[in-house]
Amino acid sequence: MTIERDARLREVQSWGSFFRFGIDAPAVGKDARPGQFVMVKVSDGTAPLLRRPLGIHDADAGGFDLFFSIVGRGTEALSRKAPGDRLDVIGALGKGFTMPAPAEGKTAYLVGGGRGIAPLYFLARELARAGARPIVFYGGRTRDEIPIRDRFERAGIEVRCSTDDGSFGFAGFVTALVDQELIKSRPAKVYACGPDRMMKALAGITARHAVPAEFSLESIMGCGIGACWGCVQRIRNESGDGWVKICEEGPVFPGERILWP
Amino acid sequence: MAVTTRPVDLTADLGFLRLRNPVLTASGTFGYGLEFEPYLDLAKLGGIVVKGLYYHPREGNPPPRLVETPSGLINAIGLQGVGVEAFAAKVLPRLRAIDTAVIVNVCGADDDEYAAVVEFLDAQEGIAAYELNISCPNVKKEGACPALAPEPTFELVKLVKSVSRRPLITKLSPNVTSIIEIAQAAAEAGTDAVALVNTFLAMAIDLETRRPRLGNVYGGLSGPAIKPIALRMVHQVASRLTVPVIGLGGIMTGADALEFLVAGAAAVEVGTASFVDPDAAARIIGEIVSWCEAHGVAAVRDLVGTLAVP
Ligand SMILES: Cc1cc2nc3c(=O)[nH]c(=O)nc-3n(C[C@H](O)[C@H](O)[C@H](O)COP(=O)(O)OP(=O)(O)OC[C@H]3O[C@@H](n4cnc5c(N)ncnc54)[C@H](O)[C@@H]3O)c2cc1C
Ligand SMILES: Cc1cc2nc3c(=O)[nH]c(=O)nc-3n(C[C@H](O)[C@H](O)[C@H](O)COP(=O)(O)O)c2cc1C
Ligand code: FES
Repeated sequence: MTIERDARLREVQSWGSFFRFGIDAPAVGKDARPGQFVMVKVSDGTAPLLRRPLGIHDADAGGFDLFFSIVGRGTEALSRKAPGDRLDVIGALGKGFTMPAPAEGKTAYLVGGGRGIAPLYFLARELARAGARPIVFYGGRTRDEIPIRDRFERAGIEVRCSTDDGSFGFAGFVTALVDQELIKSRPAKVYACGPDRMMKALAGITARHAVPAEFSLESIMGCGIGACWGCVQRIRNESGDGWVKICEEGPVFPGERILWP
Repeated sequence: MAVTTRPVDLTADLGFLRLRNPVLTASGTFGYGLEFEPYLDLAKLGGIVVKGLYYHPREGNPPPRLVETPSGLINAIGLQGVGVEAFAAKVLPRLRAIDTAVIVNVCGADDDEYAAVVEFLDAQEGIAAYELNISCPNVKKEGACPALAPEPTFELVKLVKSVSRRPLITKLSPNVTSIIEIAQAAAEAGTDAVALVNTFLAMAIDLETRRPRLGNVYGGLSGPAIKPIALRMVHQVASRLTVPVIGLGGIMTGADALEFLVAGAAAVEVGTASFVDPDAAARIIGEIVSWCEAHGVAAVRDLVGTLAVP
């Protein structure tokens, strides 16, 4: 957890409203684990005022990658940055996915919807490195909304795509694709990140198939470091149900502990 | 430009409490302090005002609890917190080890709870003062709180002052027609200082869904957007009352902090800025020093209340 004020944007790739940033930031990159996030300053002034939380898409000792979509003012401002620009980030924050996950040879399903695919690339790479077999289920509304499928393939990771409009891969929700697969096979674990509705549906499916699952949750964050209590989610704990800070105790939670709205 | 050779004297004097420098962190924006240890040296701060404490642990409001507005933040956290026992057992021993003034922000659902929190904390070591939060707009939907009228302010301050063995700072609400009247009531009831301002009752609407953006409908506005109004209130109160004033509201830079001092605040609190930059309070102290050096100011204290009003 450091403030890296002198991170450098090295590389920008874009597909419509989706962006991948390659960032030189050794202080953040060297400690980052899959599922963690950074808080990025998007303007030099006070509008937008707050930093924006973004998942770590990939990382190594030299820095990290982001993958994001334009949602509002903050992500729009960020998308206008160009290679060579300085970036001010805090990271790596939060607790990531449980690693190392499945033992040698075991399969893990990684389920991502839209921009939720972001942290799953790093996770897939690390799982593969640990000797597990990650299979990525990547869903989007249209063909244009699953832009980085080939990035996984180039890294030697199997990807199965779905689109709501049937323009590419399986026609329908990615949850339906996973459900279909779970009938045939049982991975050691399911990891997911995406819209709340997708993850809630998936939580029902993984519970039904009795497969352990971990979900990376989103929330509007004020600080990202556990100070404002703005980012809460209802979680079942040993001590009962309560509002728990996503930035500090998450953003990744075991499926059975999340009390979905 | 005059340049001083000796180091700038940063000490701030609240009468009952001498601070290393005039920069405190504002309650609710600095957690219980320890969250910030990775980002700044807590011992460099004038003091830490910890998150508001009720007697028992508290649940807070349903999300969404935050919404960003132009240069501002509306929060409706609802004072979720751990309660006094967990604070005394788990947080205070670690804060005590840090050489800075620890001020506890005290909350209550009613007068008795305020008194109970203070009585419990009185038995603990390592607290420099209490900041009585009679002004949080998030607890009741309409933002009701004692600080909205002089009488309940007077009654509550008097009660807490009578049970407390420590100095009392009363934190006021800006959601009133006359901040001077309320500050006067707190002063008459014996408060040792007043802190202003807390957040402004506010709301944000999602036009597409025509629903409020906050789970609690209303929340409290903070950040740069409120600074000019906070500054006016600090000036109004400091120029009329003899109790020391602690100023806050939208302080992001050393210059912002110095404006509050010139307006009459003996010390300041940094709030929302710590969300943007966890080390904001330390940076602000540095900027105050630089400004004083550049302007030949030997002691920051000497700037307090020096506004030249025509
Ligand atoms: C831990 C974490 C990791 C994330 N990782 C990624 C990522 O890798 N890639 C990516 O594209 N996005 C990610 N997000 C979501 C991203 O933070 C939001 O899209 C972004 O903050 C929106 O900011 P904005 O200024 O563009 O939108 P705003 O103008 O602030 O808001 C536009 C709309 O989006 C909603 N919104 C704002 N923030 C969030 C949020 N955090 N989650 C859900 N809805 C929100 C608002 O309520 C509003 O309706 C992550 C969020 C979290 C909490
Ligand atoms: C998320 C959040 C939580 C807060 N919680 C408290 C609190 O517990 N007690 C209190 O007296 N004030 C609380 N406040 C108000 C701040 O201490 C401060 O008065 C206000 O934010 C104005 O200062 P700023 O503009 O510098 O943030 C809170 C503010 C925010 C943004
Ligand atoms: S974002 Fe502030 S506590 Fe999580």
